[in-house]
Amino acid sequence: MPSFLECRDVEYTYHSLNGETKALKHISFTVDEGEFVAIVGPSGCGKTTILSLLCGQLAESAGEILFRGKPLRDHMDFHIGYMPQQDQLFEWRNIYGNVTLGLEIQKKLTEENQAYARKLMEEYGLWEFRHARPSQLSGGMRQRAALIRTLVLRPSLLLLDEPFSALDYQTRLTVADDIYQIIKKEHKTAILVTHDLSEAVSMADRVLILSKRPATVLKEVETTFEMEQRTPMKARNMAGFKEYFNEIWEVLQCQ
Amino acid sequence: MSVKRKAGVALDTGQVSVAQMAYLKQQSQHRKFVKAMRISIIIAFFFLWELAVRVGWIDGFIFSSPVRIWETMMSMGKDGSLWMHTGATLFETMISFFLTVLLGILTAVLLWCSDSAAEITEPFFVVLNSLPKSALAPLLIVWLGANQKTIIVAGMSVAIFGTILNLYTGFKESGSEKTRLIYTLGGKKHHVLTKVILPSNIPSIISIMKVDIGLCLVGVIIGEFMGARRGLGYLIIYSSQVFQLTRLIMAIVILCVIAMVLYGILNMVEKRVRR
Repeated sequence: MPSFLECRDVEYTYHSLNGETKALKHISFTVDEGEFVAIVGPSGCGKTTILSLLCGQLAESAGEILFRGKPLRDHMDFHIGYMPQQDQLFEWRNIYGNVTLGLEIQKKLTEENQAYARKLMEEYGLWEFRHARPSQLSGGMRQRAALIRTLVLRPSLLLLDEPFSALDYQTRLTVADDIYQIIKKEHKTAILVTHDLSEAVSMADRVLILSKRPATVLKEVETTFEMEQRTPMKARNMAGFKEYFNEIWEVLQCQ
Repeated sequence: MSVKRKAGVALDTGQVSVAQMAYLKQQSQHRKFVKAMRISIIIAFFFLWELAVRVGWIDGFIFSSPVRIWETMMSMGKDGSLWMHTGATLFETMISFFLTVLLGILTAVLLWCSDSAAEITEPFFVVLNSLPKSALAPLLIVWLGANQKTIIVAGMSVAIFGTILNLYTGFKESGSEKTRLIYTLGGKKHHVLTKVILPSNIPSIISIMKVDIGLCLVGVIIGEFMGARRGLGYLIIYSSQVFQLTRLIMAIVILCVIAMVLYGILNMVEKRVRR
């Protein structure tokens, strides 16, 4: 059976007047359904390029990206839920307007979808803030709104592009916990791009380590913790967390 | 700049502390002081002016005086000529202002839609923007005739190019991250325009409008200097030729009031939009 998502020898080259820059070289990995995968690597190594390729914003220079065995572009129903750096909520819309932005754009503001949006917002404590402006909400609540904005579109895959990088450290820990649990509860497959190693280890089932530019996958580290009801916060205190962290750290140092 | 805040906006609790009350009181006193000073400066200026003419420090024939201006205003108000001139200038300014804003937004959107069009036309807009528009007025009169159309076009010519350039820059700078978000939500370019670019640029559109209203007034007055039979610009030129300086200065005073009122209206609009 073909994997849920597979990148096969993907390459990408940027062109500019000063010459060409190879950002990705032979990137290969798979993601299983329901899995939470993190991608880490030195800054500027092309993590965001991978996300742009998965979004379909860029076209790979070589190789192929397959979803259930077929190229991404052939799937009309394949839909990516993208959670950007910072929440990118629109200040000129209230929270409900922000959450339903995608439905509005895709002309899918049906009663059923609106009910789903309402259900998600109620479940995650945003319904009472539906008329509020984004600036009236705390950082954590804003992240929730940003996540629900993608969830209402029932995405096949969630892409998290350093979604917590704008938050202060304390908020960051609690929000990561919060978002993780929502993703698990909604049974979503997710790819997290981050430069924060401990964030990657605490949240992901598997960590892909990228090399410097041009990026290749140096190593995959599977992170398993012996506990029921895993949460990122609890994972940080588990035996093995430090070992995983050091393992990834060394791979990054040794390149 | 008078900064008005809603008094007594409480921090977290509904209670307003004594220190907060004192602070608010001090702020409101400061505002009152600023307002009082402004009004006193105007009164003092008019008083000194009148006094200087009465005592003979300056020549009333050339410098006129507040009382003479007031009397002229009254008599011109009675025979209706004051309203005709002011009305003509206001009408022309408003029309050229609305056309400038409309055409400016439209052109900026078109440029935003096509990067090559923007790249190709940029130097032309820069040149047209830096060109002294008063140089165009005589040409416009020959081309379009000595009528209101010419004056409206003259008003627009002063403001339009700057408007297009500023709006386009604003459109280009607004959020690439937000643009990417729209695409990942399945949107097309027109969604980026209507959901991100236009709404996020409303504040900058309004501040450009605030500049435009003044520029349109300048253009309209230039146009009226050249080829009009009514309007405050005409009144100024005509009065200077027949040496009726009281009328001339009155026209300037009215222009000051118009500029103030139009700017004030836009300020109110801005506050309402920003809430």
